Amino acid sequence: MLRAIGRYSLSIVHELGDFALFTGQSFRSALGARRLGRRIVRAGFEQGVRCLPVILIVGMFTGLVLGLQGYYVLNRFGSESLLGTLVSLSLIRELGPALAALMLVGQAGSALAAELGIQRNTEQIAALETMGVSSHAYLITPRLLAALVVYPMQTALFVTVGLWGGSLSGSLLLGLEPGVYWSSVEHAVKAQDVRECIIKAVTFGLLTISLCAYHGFNAHRCSSATGARAVSASTTRAVVQSSIIVLAADYIITSFLV
Amino acid sequence: MGADSNPTLLRIEGLFKQFDQNVVLDGASLNVPRGSLVTVLGRSGAGKSVLLKCLADVVRPDAGSIHFDGKLLSIGDASARADFRRRCSFLFQSNALFDSLTALENVALPLEQTTDLSDKEIRERSLEALRQIELEAHQDRYPSQLSGGMQKRLALARAIVTRPELVLFDEPTAGLDPLRRNAVFAMIAKYQRQFGFTALVVTHDLTEALIASDRVALLDKGRMCFEGTPAEFSASTVAMVEDFRDSAEALGRTLAAIRRGEALQSEDS
Repeated sequence: MLRAIGRYSLSIVHELGDFALFTGQSFRSALGARRLGRRIVRAGFEQGVRCLPVILIVGMFTGLVLGLQGYYVLNRFGSESLLGTLVSLSLIRELGPALAALMLVGQAGSALAAELGIQRNTEQIAALETMGVSSHAYLITPRLLAALVVYPMQTALFVTVGLWGGSLSGSLLLGLEPGVYWSSVEHAVKAQDVRECIIKAVTFGLLTISLCAYHGFNAHRCSSATGARAVSASTTRAVVQSSIIVLAADYIITSFLV
Repeated sequence: MGADSNPTLLRIEGLFKQFDQNVVLDGASLNVPRGSLVTVLGRSGAGKSVLLKCLADVVRPDAGSIHFDGKLLSIGDASARADFRRRCSFLFQSNALFDSLTALENVALPLEQTTDLSDKEIRERSLEALRQIELEAHQDRYPSQLSGGMQKRLALARAIVTRPELVLFDEPTAGLDPLRRNAVFAMIAKYQRQFGFTALVVTHDLTEALIASDRVALLDKGRMCFEGTPAEFSASTVAMVEDFRDSAEALGRTLAAIRRGEALQSEDS
C-alpha cells in the first residue's frame, strides 16, 4: 500500500517536472523560431475567433443569471442598487477569468490536444524533427504566446457581455434603473480588480494551453492506450486536468491577491 | 560512375538498440557510398525501420556510432546533428504529410522553417519541386485529396526540396501492388540520378531492390548478414541470403508439398 502511494506520488512529481521542462522548452524555442509571427496570428485566430461565439453566449447567460439571482438576494435587504457592484465584482474578480478559461479549455484546448495527438500518431511531429524543424517552436510556442494575448482579450469580452447581461436582467426584466446599475458598476470596480482579472486570465491561458499541448504532444506515451484511443485518452486528461488546474490556480491567486 | 569508387558518405558501426527486453538492432553496420542507391533488405520486424529512425534521430540508439561525411554524430554534438539534419531527408513509410496543409504548403514547410529564403524564393522552389514530380497542378489540394502514389511523390518532393545529400526511404513500397512498387522504385532511381542525392532505402521487396540499387544489404536479427552489389547478392551462398533470395522457390516447394499431402489425403479417403 505504502509502496503504491510512493510510486504514484513519484510519478506525479516526475510528470510535473516533465511538464515544467516542456513549457520551458516551448518558451525557449521562441528564440530560434522562424516566421513565428504568422503562426502566432494563426493560433490567435484558432483560440480567439473560433471561440468567440461560445464566450459571448456563456458570458451573456452568466450575466443574466447573476443579475437575476443578485437582484432577488439584494432585494431582501433593500439593496437592489448594489446589483451592479455584485455583478461587476463577481465577473471581473472571479467568474470572468475562470469561466472564460473553462470555455477556452473546452473548445481550443481540447482541439489542440487532439490535433497534436493525431500529429504524433501519424508521425507528423517526427517528420518535423527529421527536417531539422523544432516541433516545439513550430507547434507549441505560437499557441502559448497567442494564449497570453487571447485569454485576457476573451476574458475582457466575457466580462463586458456579462455586465450587459446583468444590466438586461436588472433593468429590463426587474425594473432597476439602468443609471443606478452602471453607476454602481463604475464605483465598485477598481484598478486592483482589473489587475487581478488580467493576472488570472494570463495565468490560466499559460497553464491550460501548455497542459493541453503537453498531453497531446505526448499522446504516444499514454500508458493505458495506443493509437486513436491514446489520442482520446490524452485529450480527456488534458481537458480534465486543465479544468481542475484553472479552479485550483484561481483559489491560489485569489488567496494571494485578496 | 560506379558506386564502389565513391567515398563513403554514411558509415554505421555496431548500432545497438533494444526496447525493453526486445533487441532490435544487435551491432548493425553499414557503409553507404556517396551518390549511390543502397537498399537494406530484411524480413518484417528485422529492425530496418528502427535502423533508419536511429539515423534520422527519431530513435536514439543504445550503442554504436554513425559517421556522416567523415564526422562522428555523437549525441552531445548538437551542431554536427543539426548539420546532418540539414543535409539529410527522411521519407516516412506513412508519408507523414501535414494533413492540414496543401501540397504546396507541405513542400514549402522545410524551406520556411530551416532557411532564410524570401517568401517569393520559397514559393518558386516549392513549385519547381512540385513541377519536377508532376504535381504542380495539384498544388492547392490537401494530402487527403491525392491518391496514394501522388502522396508518395509529394512526400518525396518535400524530402528533396531542401536539396539534401542523403535521403532515407522507409519502406516506400509497403502495401502497394506490383505495378505501383515498380513505379515507386523507378521514381526513386530516376530522381536519385536527377538530383544526385545518396539514397538509403529499406524494403522487403527483393526483385525491385536488386534491379534499382547500386548496393544491397540484408539485415537479419539486428545484424547485417550481407553487404554487396546486387550481382554479389544473387551469387551469395550466405544461408540467410539464400533463404531470402529463394523464398519464391521455397514457397513453390511448400505449396507442392501441400498439394501432394492433399492428394494423399484424397487417396486415403
